[in-house]
Amino acid sequence: MSDLETLRHTLPMVGTEPSILDDTGIAHVVAHGHRILSRRTVPGLRVELEETPDALIGQLTVEAGATIAQPVHLCFGLTDPTGVQQITIDVQLQEGAQARILSHCLFPVAQAAQHRMQAVMTIGPGASLTYTEGHYHGLHGGMQVLPHATITVGQGARYFSDFSLLSGSVGHLDIDYRVDVEEDGLAELSAKILAHKTDRITLKEAVVLRGERARSLIRSRVVLEDEARAEITGITEAHAAGARGHVDCMEVVQGRAQASAIPIVKVCHPGAKVTHEAAIGSVDKQALETLMARGLSPEQAVELIVSGILR
Amino acid sequence: MHRHLRSYCLLMPTPLLDIRGLTCEVAHHRILDRLDLTVQAGEIHALLGANGSGKTTLAYLLMGCDGYQASAGQVLFRGADLLALPLHERARLGLTLAWQEPARFEGITVREYVSLGHRQQNPEPALRQVGLDPERYLARRVDKGLSGGERHRIELAAVLSMKPKLAILDEPTAGIDMLSIGHIIDIIRALKRAGGSVLLITHQEDVALIADRASQLCAGRIIYSGSPREAVAHFRGRNCVRCDGEICGYVRP
Ligand SMILES: Nc1ncnc2c1ncn2[C@@H]1O[C@H](COP(=O)(O)OP(=O)(O)OP(=O)(O)O)[C@@H](O)[C@H]1O
Ligand SMILES: [Mg+2]
Repeated sequence: MSDLETLRHTLPMVGTEPSILDDTGIAHVVAHGHRILSRRTVPGLRVELEETPDALIGQLTVEAGATIAQPVHLCFGLTDPTGVQQITIDVQLQEGAQARILSHCLFPVAQAAQHRMQAVMTIGPGASLTYTEGHYHGLHGGMQVLPHATITVGQGARYFSDFSLLSGSVGHLDIDYRVDVEEDGLAELSAKILAHKTDRITLKEAVVLRGERARSLIRSRVVLEDEARAEITGITEAHAAGARGHVDCMEVVQGRAQASAIPIVKVCHPGAKVTHEAAIGSVDKQALETLMARGLSPEQAVELIVSGILR
Repeated sequence: MHRHLRSYCLLMPTPLLDIRGLTCEVAHHRILDRLDLTVQAGEIHALLGANGSGKTTLAYLLMGCDGYQASAGQVLFRGADLLALPLHERARLGLTLAWQEPARFEGITVREYVSLGHRQQNPEPALRQVGLDPERYLARRVDKGLSGGERHRIELAAVLSMKPKLAILDEPTAGIDMLSIGHIIDIIRALKRAGGSVLLITHQEDVALIADRASQLCAGRIIYSGSPREAVAHFRGRNCVRCDGEICGYVRP
């Protein structure tokens, strides 16, 4: 099977039909390591890509006022057990542009591989970007996955991100996102992670509300099983009048897993407000017993509660 | 045993739930003290008692909740030794509990929740029965977004669609607005019509009066069982003839 076929066949692991790559109305980039396997663009979207020995370098630009109707599909991965993939990507949404990006990182047989993403995203005034990222790293748990991004949300712009890792075993995942939000801008960051075996998760999300009435929500849901460990850091800084931030972090710990949450809230203007809620613990006992009182086994009850939390 | 009494006992049907001498300590305090209670098949049985008398503790102990264990006594449910079974097996025998303060579930929809364990079943009739419009509620989440009264009704819809043999309802009208109490009463009757029994824990007289029988719990013991009207009067009058102040601390003037 070709690398392209292997990656195609892994798409269902992140909840996507392989036929997405055949749709001529959907722009895509498929890369194996630093090699581009397939690409397509649509009107309003400019894509420049460069293959180098050390990285795949890309620039995506959504032109001013353009609305890209279908999500732009990025599919990165390796079909070998070992290797390194470095993606350096610059995403620009010009003024008033609207787009969704669906990014998949697929490493179906990884044993000792590394995936690094360095992204810079600039969302121009009044523009809107929804960035959905799904990962699958096979069952071996030998990966190092390092998605790092710096995002600027311009005046009145909107940025929604949704990271999910819901099957397989990763190894080491280190997410580091920093978002700057200008006046009247909105940033919502959501992360859903299911970790097991000896997975190590570091999730750091920082939002700086620079402009007046800038708003943000950081929502993380992490479920840990076996011996997995997680450290979640949610930072929100508010610097201007009317800025509002909220951090909502929940970690469910099972087996011998361990979790920590570090909330950092900094408010530098009397007219700004940041709130924070965090819960770390096992599955809520009453919730569990309620489901069992309807006849679910303890295992079914835990599964349903966890699936709800990770939705 | 007196001959008349024996023949009377033989005529009585075997109770659905038969509790004898049930004793339970929580955190080194005796909460239930040699409690006896029977619930017949097809019966709505109201359980009255002052705050802290042990009603919820009895409900948790019967359901098999973590942290509640009997130190003495026996409970037969449909002939089975209930206390020997884990919680979900008690449920599979047809016992269920609607908590006084129902749990919240992030991400789980009302549709899923009401049809738990029997996914083929259409949850709409049960929702209508509790007075909730399925169009408005099926896609909602059973989370913090629901009001207290809505959450209670959804709990009852879930109990109803399970078709239990015995539903223990712990203050099902708590937080329900005055105009909607009738709905809740209808649901309790619907549980009975579906062939089930209800152990109805309540502080509300009009709710207690829909029962077929009622018992009064006082300081961990059943001190009165009889008609709901008499039980309510007994409770109101604190006419604790049987405990004589020994259990409830009531001193006759
Ligand atoms: N886990 C516990 N730890 C300590 N005390 C407990 C615990 N559970 C119950 N109790 C005590 O047992 C007694 C009975 O409580 P229970 O909740 O059963 O009362 P209740 O009859 O349901 O009251 P209410 O009408 O207020 O709901 C109370 O004094 C309560 O404080
Ligand atoms: Mg109670």
